[in-house]
Amino acid sequence: MAEFSLTINGKKQSLDLDPDTPLLWVLRDHLKLVGTKYGCGIAQCGACTVHFNGSAVRSCQLPVSSAAGNEITTIEGLSENGDHPVQKAWLEHDVPQCGYCQAGQIMSASALLNRNPNPSDSEIENAMNGNICRCGTYTRIKAAIKTASDSQLA
Amino acid sequence: MTKVKTGIGRRSFIKSVSIAGGGLIIGFNWMACKKATEEGGKEMAMQMPDEWFELNGYLKIGDNGVVTIYSPNPEIGQNVKTSMPMIVAEELDVDWNNVIVEQAPLNTDIFTRQLAGGSQSIRQGWESLRTAGATARQMLLTAAANQWEVPVSELSVENGIIKHANSENSMGYGEIAKAAAQVEVPEEVELKDNDSFKIIGTSRKNVDAKKIVTGQPLYGIDVDKEGMLIAMMVQPPAFGMQLKTMNAEKIKEMPGIVDVFTIDTYPEDMEKEWSDVTAFSKLAVIVGESTWQVMKAKKALEIEWELKPDLVEQIQILEKSAAMEDTSGLESSKLHASLMAEIGSKKAEVVRKDGDPEKAFKNAARVIERSYTCPFLAHNCMEPMNFYANVSGGKAELLGPIQTPEYAEKSVNKRLGLALEDIDVQMTRMGGGFGRRLYGNFLVEAAVISDKLGKPVKLIYTREDDMSNGVYRPAYHVAYRAALDGNNKLTALHVNAGGIPESPLFANRFPAGAIDNYLAESWTLESNISVGAFRAPRSNFIAGAEQSFLDELAEEMGQDPIQFRLDMLKRAETDPVGENNDYDAARYAGVLELVRDKSGWSNGSSSLSRGVSAYYCHNSYVAQILDMSVKNNQPLIDKVTCAVDCGIVVNPDAAKNMVEGGTIDGIGHALYSEITFEDGVPQQHNFDTYRLIRHSEAPKKIDVHFVENGIDPTGLGEPPFPPIMGALANALYKATGQRFYDQPYINQLNGKQTELKT
Repeated sequence: MAEFSLTINGKKQSLDLDPDTPLLWVLRDHLKLVGTKYGCGIAQCGACTVHFNGSAVRSCQLPVSSAAGNEITTIEGLSENGDHPVQKAWLEHDVPQCGYCQAGQIMSASALLNRNPNPSDSEIENAMNGNICRCGTYTRIKAAIKTASDSQLA
Repeated sequence: MTKVKTGIGRRSFIKSVSIAGGGLIIGFNWMACKKATEEGGKEMAMQMPDEWFELNGYLKIGDNGVVTIYSPNPEIGQNVKTSMPMIVAEELDVDWNNVIVEQAPLNTDIFTRQLAGGSQSIRQGWESLRTAGATARQMLLTAAANQWEVPVSELSVENGIIKHANSENSMGYGEIAKAAAQVEVPEEVELKDNDSFKIIGTSRKNVDAKKIVTGQPLYGIDVDKEGMLIAMMVQPPAFGMQLKTMNAEKIKEMPGIVDVFTIDTYPEDMEKEWSDVTAFSKLAVIVGESTWQVMKAKKALEIEWELKPDLVEQIQILEKSAAMEDTSGLESSKLHASLMAEIGSKKAEVVRKDGDPEKAFKNAARVIERSYTCPFLAHNCMEPMNFYANVSGGKAELLGPIQTPEYAEKSVNKRLGLALEDIDVQMTRMGGGFGRRLYGNFLVEAAVISDKLGKPVKLIYTREDDMSNGVYRPAYHVAYRAALDGNNKLTALHVNAGGIPESPLFANRFPAGAIDNYLAESWTLESNISVGAFRAPRSNFIAGAEQSFLDELAEEMGQDPIQFRLDMLKRAETDPVGENNDYDAARYAGVLELVRDKSGWSNGSSSLSRGVSAYYCHNSYVAQILDMSVKNNQPLIDKVTCAVDCGIVVNPDAAKNMVEGGTIDGIGHALYSEITFEDGVPQQHNFDTYRLIRHSEAPKKIDVHFVENGIDPTGLGEPPFPPIMGALANALYKATGQRFYDQPYINQLNGKQTELKT
């Protein structure tokens, strides 16, 4: 066990944990931020995607020791009132079916738009290829990303 | 208007009266004992009433006119949590913006068929949901008429406001709800005509959408309760094995670990429900304070496994059926392939026979014969199996994702000997179902673990557990034979279908009824690999195989594949062959004509490779045309056009979403997914080896068109899934010149031998 200082959604907090504890379980078990989902545990499905200094990472593969001292944003911290352009676009297109993977999809999409405000179809596909949706909402996700992109550029 | 008896509304009311007569107003005790569960997304912006009035088990009205509607059926992503309350709200005549939706817990006194399966929620709930809304509306109108001392017939209502035309009196539902709750439940109520629907047939957003996109707790895996421990299980690595010994004591010393023990979920003498499916009844269990600590302990646990004693019998079955000399009983896909090919070429049980197929084949100028296979599949709900259980003091609190709460309650009743009324089952929103959560072994396991500990626990499967736990889509095999005469006319069709351990045959579906001489045979092979329903069971294979074969036949006969099907359907409509034909030929043809017209099929202008398919299942008809190309052996799917006849569409945009998703899901499984076995061990354990379709592989565009016919609604969650596999195979043929007979098709594109083909 060791003491780690984490900045999650702009809030600093200290936790006493095994250094190898993945950020995913720190968020879910210890900080009760359950919007970040467990899907595979091996960085293959993207359900656990969070922002690490603004970039999309899989929190199931990020030990708390590496997360410490960096800016972490989860779905709960993406916007104050659920009104991030990507969230708004998701609501407009009524994207979710079961909804379980959607937080991870939204975090990947918002990280993409952070670095590339006007992505092409293939850039969207490349950025989103690590996020699996068994319900098959892919075409709506792509449409929502384009809407969010348009609204940010407008 | 249609008059209906208010049987369901009355039953819940009668219960309330009878218990109220005993001095307690707990007719809706499930509401009173309701914990702070997940409400709809809209109420945050809504002013909450000071007092609620329950008019029947489906709804309550607040003194300010806000209405809570309980969605009875489990929500697995099919969007019933929005569409079922829409149906109630329609007949209640309330403003949808004033409606809060809550997931109802299991209550068999009030609700019928609280089950997510068979695409039946809307179809079977249609009348009771409408009746519940109409009954409450009638009670509100009666109470208003009493207050104003005017006849009910002079009142009208719109958006929850009651008006009296002659006096210009008006009032909101909230003002009269208290009085309405005292009104006797009418024995008969009138339902609206379809053309006066204001909510049904209009697109309404998912009531949980805001919570989903902001990451609020909604799912079973998100459940967090005071004193709750985390439990995980270790199952045998192979089907056919069981636990012998383990180093439990050493593991108990690990940090955060509370206990390590074994459970027997389903003892041999327990009478099981149909939903109690598992190949692994005896499990090692680790309980601890946090998930990661339990995961680490799980990895450190050393277990010695042994062959199951009943495997001896299993081996005999396998040996007898295949005359194999070296079957270990730990099954492999190679063994399955040889068994299916051998048995699939023999005579089997005749399920249907029309005309004289033997004679027709004997006299045939040409016989075309093809066989098709598909592998086992894991459901892979994105939310792995999990459940919260708190069993103590003779009561059980169960909370989590389950498609069959009623059967799960019965299982816990039998397993733990608790009375049904002491078992409280509540459903969370589910991160996918697809049939997997019809089988509540994980719920029973959680209950047994909590009972053993005397503490609340949340059982969580890892993805590897989830993918290796069985309850798979079965592996299937089908052989088709067609007899053509000297004029290249189809004279007979023979289908011989089977699988491990069930047959995919639907003997009375099309093309039965359209061919003079028809023979359908069925066979099965036993296995110790557990299986279960998987989105559109059986149809999810046979549709693609049949539609591929018809495509090949049409080509052999020099006919357009759509016109070929339409001609057969015309025959089935005007002069059907045989009895018990299980489809409406005109509706079947309707979706084919619609997809043909919407896709521009006839003008032949598409530069891409096109494949068509149509299928009927779950009371609905779907036709699809898929446009694609293949570059460097990689399939690129440009567009899918879908035509769907599921009767009245309650929530059109959400329904489109479902069709889009079912289409992508079907393409993905037919192209990429398989579970294979070596020595009983599933060879895919996680998404690095098990392929699900990804963003870049999905169609660029999906067009969805619904037939508008005003018929009461039928299934939608499953019907778009099976036929697309045929459209895909047929388009792949156009793109490559090769026919695709074995799923997943990607193996053939990659030049890889499919495990299930000998």
